[in-house]
Amino acid sequence: MTKKGRLSARRARTAWVFLLPSLLVLLLVAAYPLWRTLQLSFFQVSILQFPLKPSWVGLDNYKSLLADPYWWISLKNTAFFTIISVILETVLGLGIALVVNTRFSGRGLMRTAMLVPWAIPTVVSAQMWRWMYNDVYGVINDLLMRVHLIAHPLAWLATSRLALPSIIAVDVWKTTPFMALLLLAGLQSIPDELYEAATVDGASAWQQFWRITLPLLKPALLVALIFRTLDALRVFDVIYVMTGTNPTTMSMSVYARQQLVDFGALGYGSAVSMGIFLIIAIFAAAYLVSLRVEID
Amino acid sequence: MKAFKFLAVASLAIAIGSATMAQGVTLRISCGAVGQELQLCTDGAQAWAEQTGNKVEVVSTPNSTTDRLALYQQQLAAGSSDIDVYQIDVIWPGILSDFFVDLNDYVSPDLVGKFFPRIISANTVDGRLVALPWFTDAGLLYYRTDLLKKYGYGAPPTTWSEMAKMAAKIQAGERQAGNASFWGFVFQGKAYEGLTCDALEWVFSHKGGTIVDDKGDITINNPNAVKAIEQAAAWVGKIAPPGVTSYQEEEARGVWQAGNAAFMRNWPYAWSLGNGKDSPIKGKFDVTVLPKGGSDGQHAATLGGWQLAVSRFSKHPKEAVSLIVYLTGYNEQKRRAIKGSFLPTRPALYKDADVLAANPFMGKLYDVFVNAVPRPSAQTKQKYNQVSSAFWTAVHNVLIGQTDAATSLRMLEQQLKRIKGRGW
Repeated sequence: MTKKGRLSARRARTAWVFLLPSLLVLLLVAAYPLWRTLQLSFFQVSILQFPLKPSWVGLDNYKSLLADPYWWISLKNTAFFTIISVILETVLGLGIALVVNTRFSGRGLMRTAMLVPWAIPTVVSAQMWRWMYNDVYGVINDLLMRVHLIAHPLAWLATSRLALPSIIAVDVWKTTPFMALLLLAGLQSIPDELYEAATVDGASAWQQFWRITLPLLKPALLVALIFRTLDALRVFDVIYVMTGTNPTTMSMSVYARQQLVDFGALGYGSAVSMGIFLIIAIFAAAYLVSLRVEID
Repeated sequence: MKAFKFLAVASLAIAIGSATMAQGVTLRISCGAVGQELQLCTDGAQAWAEQTGNKVEVVSTPNSTTDRLALYQQQLAAGSSDIDVYQIDVIWPGILSDFFVDLNDYVSPDLVGKFFPRIISANTVDGRLVALPWFTDAGLLYYRTDLLKKYGYGAPPTTWSEMAKMAAKIQAGERQAGNASFWGFVFQGKAYEGLTCDALEWVFSHKGGTIVDDKGDITINNPNAVKAIEQAAAWVGKIAPPGVTSYQEEEARGVWQAGNAAFMRNWPYAWSLGNGKDSPIKGKFDVTVLPKGGSDGQHAATLGGWQLAVSRFSKHPKEAVSLIVYLTGYNEQKRRAIKGSFLPTRPALYKDADVLAANPFMGKLYDVFVNAVPRPSAQTKQKYNQVSSAFWTAVHNVLIGQTDAATSLRMLEQQLKRIKGRGW
């Protein structure tokens, strides 16, 4: 073996030694639960039995999952929620990031203040919004009626075509600051000289945005999109607090919780969790592939 | 010398005895917190604690029965000994029976005989008595006597359509008189166990059965049930506020007790609260049996009620049993009936003059209470929660106008068949 080969082999060994602790932690908190969930998904077992009496059912849980219309409804709701909320959050977040990136007095204060919605725990802000949306005493109806946008109070969360959009609005309110912050970091890494040169060459602000800002922001934008999409696919708390297990707004996670906790169906609930895991894994893989292409 | 020795031993024994007596044990009881429930539960538990030298801590739980069951299931499945005594719904003995002690081992058949036999049998699973009945419940129609008189009605409605007509007329009149937020009727329309109770009353009163019949057959997909659900959906937005599809008991009582509704469907607990000192509608309302579904229908009230059970993981089962025997005893139930209008589970209390003076309706509607319609929890056993959830979801979808009753009940039948599988 050459000297160089020995050196790199030693380096690789050292690398493994340093990686070992985090790999062990990952095995413990991610791989083991996933393995247990996969195992349980082939059993019929109820938490209501004492002691537990699991019975092997093979793929039955997965068959009933595919046959349950409420699973497909929750999948549809989650997809709708994810697409609309991520688009709105990205567009608004980019706008806010561009504004906060310019120089104006009170910029520091502004950057701190915009994080307030993000800092409030979701359970608290969702409950707050639930009261604001109330059809009888809610402030939103009151305001909209005062400016004559609506004639009668609306039952925002109790009307099927309004409920999910109302929840999306809360999520956009809450998560846009997070998007703005990630994009702001990306904006600040773009060197000022590029803009100066462009200005000298006579490029308009609009051209500068399309030719300089957006291409250079792409990596940051992609990372932000991955974060938000994966988060939105797992959405639980904002929906559970505002409308509970109502199928008009039920997400995949709310459906899984209902099976696991309300019905105590440990086996079937595990099959649901595996379904969610697969869907999210597909998205994550797709993003990672596109990210690698973009960054390279 | 011998006498001295005896004295020493005796005094030592007394000292040890009183030391353990004075220390006592600490029990935890979970109580509901709807209306004045929590206060009454705390008072009762403290009275027992003082009598026996033990300590009781009261744990309050979510108002929604559905959320409360989820919480209990998590506690019990984890084998937690944190809570000794659980307050459980009349539909839960079949779901949770594995986790409670058999009270037959602790109390005499004589004591068990003091309760309504039907409620005792609802609490008996495979021969094990898993809980003692604390109070029973039945859905009632609350109506404003002053408004009925004002609009020329001599008696409360006997059918649902009569009720809807009266509600519409009173609502129109009261709004014209300046109360813009007045509604004809409020009930429990949120997608949770309470809607199952309300909808079962609509369906049963139209002779549409009990979702699953006594033999375990699924019967909900029938024309009478369709008619009943359709009728209820037509109330939403017309005589009931559009938001009623997100109301639980307390939201309905909020509208009613503020004087903003002519009729309300609720449990008896709202009686004493509505007649409280600071209630705007004090003395202006009465209760009666819920209307029939058409002239050839029948009156129906869903059987509710709460029981007390002792966890099998409790470290002090003897003391816990003593606590629930005290709380379900004659005197404590009498106190709760007078102060909180909770329906007693001992027949003897319906002949008690003090109870009847505080709650005249208890004597008048005695037959309604003993003939209340049970939800199909005995047939569907551990799957009851899934059945009920499927039912309330199907009804809720109709109430919010997402689908029509015929389609919804047809889908529900399919879903119930899937849940039933090879058997309940």
